[in-house]
Amino acid sequence: MQIEEKPGTVAGIPAEPEKATLEGQNKVLGFWLFLGAETTLFATLFGAYLSLKGANMGGPTQAELFKMPLVATSTLILLVSSLTSVLAITAMRNNQVTRMLGWFLFTILLGAAFLALEIYEFTEYVHEGHTFTGSAFGSSFYLLLGTHGCHVLFGFFWILSLMIQGRRKGITVHTAPKFYVASLYWHFVDLVWVFIFTVVYLAGMMT
Amino acid sequence: MTTIIVLLVFAMFLGGIFTGGYTSRYVKRMEESSIWGWITTVDHKRIGILYLISGGFFFAVGGLEALLIRIQLMFPNAKFLVGDEYNQILSMHGTTMIFLVAMPLLFALMNAVVPLQIGARDVAFPFLNALGFWMYFAGALLLNISWLFGGAPDAGWTSYASLALPDYSPGPGVNYYVLGLQISGIGTLMSGINFLVTIINMRAPGMSYLRLPMFTWATFVTSALILFAFPPLTAGLFMMMFDRLFGSNFFSVTGGGNVIIWEHIFWIFGHPEVYILVLPAFGVFSDVLSNFSKKRIFGYHSMVFALVLIGFLGFMVWLHHMFTVGLGDVANSVFAIATMAISVPTGIKVFNWLFTMWGGRLRFTTAMLYASGFIVTFVMGGVTGIMLAVPPADFQFHDSYFVVAHFHYVILGGTVFGILAGVYYWWPKMFGSLLNEKLGKWNFWTFFLGMHLTFFPQHFLGLFGMPRRVFTWSPGYRLELGNYLSTIGAFLMLIGVIFMVINVLLTLTKGAPAESDPWDGRTLEWTISSPPPEYNFAQLPLVRGVDAWWLEKMEGNEKMTPSEPLGAIHMPNASHLPFVMAVGLFISGFGFVFQTSEVGAIGLIVVIATLFIRSFQEDHGHHIEPLELSEKGVNH
Repeated sequence: MQIEEKPGTVAGIPAEPEKATLEGQNKVLGFWLFLGAETTLFATLFGAYLSLKGANMGGPTQAELFKMPLVATSTLILLVSSLTSVLAITAMRNNQVTRMLGWFLFTILLGAAFLALEIYEFTEYVHEGHTFTGSAFGSSFYLLLGTHGCHVLFGFFWILSLMIQGRRKGITVHTAPKFYVASLYWHFVDLVWVFIFTVVYLAGMMT
Repeated sequence: MTTIIVLLVFAMFLGGIFTGGYTSRYVKRMEESSIWGWITTVDHKRIGILYLISGGFFFAVGGLEALLIRIQLMFPNAKFLVGDEYNQILSMHGTTMIFLVAMPLLFALMNAVVPLQIGARDVAFPFLNALGFWMYFAGALLLNISWLFGGAPDAGWTSYASLALPDYSPGPGVNYYVLGLQISGIGTLMSGINFLVTIINMRAPGMSYLRLPMFTWATFVTSALILFAFPPLTAGLFMMMFDRLFGSNFFSVTGGGNVIIWEHIFWIFGHPEVYILVLPAFGVFSDVLSNFSKKRIFGYHSMVFALVLIGFLGFMVWLHHMFTVGLGDVANSVFAIATMAISVPTGIKVFNWLFTMWGGRLRFTTAMLYASGFIVTFVMGGVTGIMLAVPPADFQFHDSYFVVAHFHYVILGGTVFGILAGVYYWWPKMFGSLLNEKLGKWNFWTFFLGMHLTFFPQHFLGLFGMPRRVFTWSPGYRLELGNYLSTIGAFLMLIGVIFMVINVLLTLTKGAPAESDPWDGRTLEWTISSPPPEYNFAQLPLVRGVDAWWLEKMEGNEKMTPSEPLGAIHMPNASHLPFVMAVGLFISGFGFVFQTSEVGAIGLIVVIATLFIRSFQEDHGHHIEPLELSEKGVNH
């Protein structure tokens, strides 16, 4: 009985190498479910932020703090990094190791630039009296953005370690699922930032 | 820092004792010992047994805490446990029973049974499965060593702010709660994802969704609830942790915080949690009732539909725990109606169970007794649930013993009866021997009557005005008889548990070996030997309908039709990394409990290092060849 059809091959590897084995399929599905869990985690943090954002206890308000050019630059950087991770996955499916590693390098460098800007932004805020312990607004703001920043940081080291593995082992049905879920993760972190940009910054400027 | 050194020395000391001293071959002997085999196992059946042992241990701990509570409340103005001691016992009883007993025991059954029921050789992520167990265990241990170092959590299992904030709960108690639950909660999330992927991707050929046994369906819906309910708890515990350890202001009113946010977050997790507890028990009862009535489950499709609907509505009702907060009439009404709506799918299930038994050839084994006892008990708990769902009435019942009676009826009568039924039903499959039915019946009747004697009077205690969580009560308010009977009942349940323990010990030492299908079963787990070989199925079975094994029996077949030729079987390799990671988390949690961030950081570094080691590991598992299978007596 024929259960599965043999997938076509592209450049010597299966057409979708990340899903060519049952292990790979499990990893991709499991990771999608994990992102579902992460969504509710961030939803909770957003909820806490929205209900506490008015409690600045005499400290600076959102409109006084946020500097749109800086945040817009961060947003642009992160969105471009999403694009470069897509290009990396396209290269992976064509079995072009060097090109894939190059695009992943771009991706994490953009991630590092985003983190640098965020750290600069936070030090500025602290100078202006907007701190984690100063008010409930500060606590919820830094928890939401800090959790997101930690995700970027983790993604940076994760993809870096995968690049080392990519150099050593190349693109196989064992490594492809790793690259693929790492790029899913990166997209998710970017998507969360889009919501932070809208809900925290844009809505914050309106008040 | 000293703590870590002490712990490390202690671990090596134990290692030395168990393996016979240090020599150059110490590590080798360590690897050959059976304890090492259990620590590194990734086999879902052995992980199931680990969950069963640890859940059983904490059941004893939580049960003793319950007895201490009942001893204090037996007579008015008792001085047995006063004030903070009582608060600690009470908080730990609730936390232990929910997180460290009910959930792991359900995971024990799921791990032991679900892969077998869907005709799979393993779960989707064996490594993650082991990690989930060890994280649960690390969290459970962290929570319970609070008794020895610094005092246990004392703000109730709900740990409401402001009570749980440092002003009112100084000392490390609530830190243990926050960090212990954080660690074990993430482990639970992993197990949930693992079961979802297992059931979606690993079903045997022909096992379509609408042919899954009911326990597997229940596991599926439960895992989905875990997936969406535990992350809010994670977020909430982080906020509580930051408020307690690092001076943030999420719940602290003086810094602009809001205590109601904790209540919302806790119950957004907490209400799905009660369905996480009861849905797997529903699944156990569906399988047990169908098996011992010798009938297919009545209304299979409506049973599945009801499970999914309960799971969905379970997220829409958290506010009914907060009617008295004062969130307004509209909010209260909407959530009251949503709460009452859940009784519709639950009613569907109850009637379907009755119709399954109706006209069946009933065999009242211990598992079946628990299932029948469950229907009666759970309906009583459901009726008081409907009473509590009415906001004006709830203003009277809130925080009284009426609520205590209600949730013990559903959790004991639902979850615990379900676990016990499942243990009696699947024990032969897990351990290869049958529990003694005579002792089982003694166990059932003492436990069942004890349960009703304990909690039935509590309805009236609540209506007469006895508040929950308070360590004493005054004479002269008609509370004497109820409290007295309730304590007697608790000791009757203790006798029931002792029967169970004797039964288990007798069976493990001199139980008769069980055949592969001792109950004349209907589902795939009964087609393979008891206990199953490590690869479960030499050839994956071909499934042709609901109750796949019964279907084949009715057509006169003595075994399942295989769906593949005999071939090499892929198996995952054992790994010690999950254990190391859990040790790292434990050390980290312990450090943060005492606000020593260095120790906390060291533990986290261990965890992160292990993560990267795992990522770089080339671990493709091993194969069992057909030749080895035939040596082990598998027929071609």
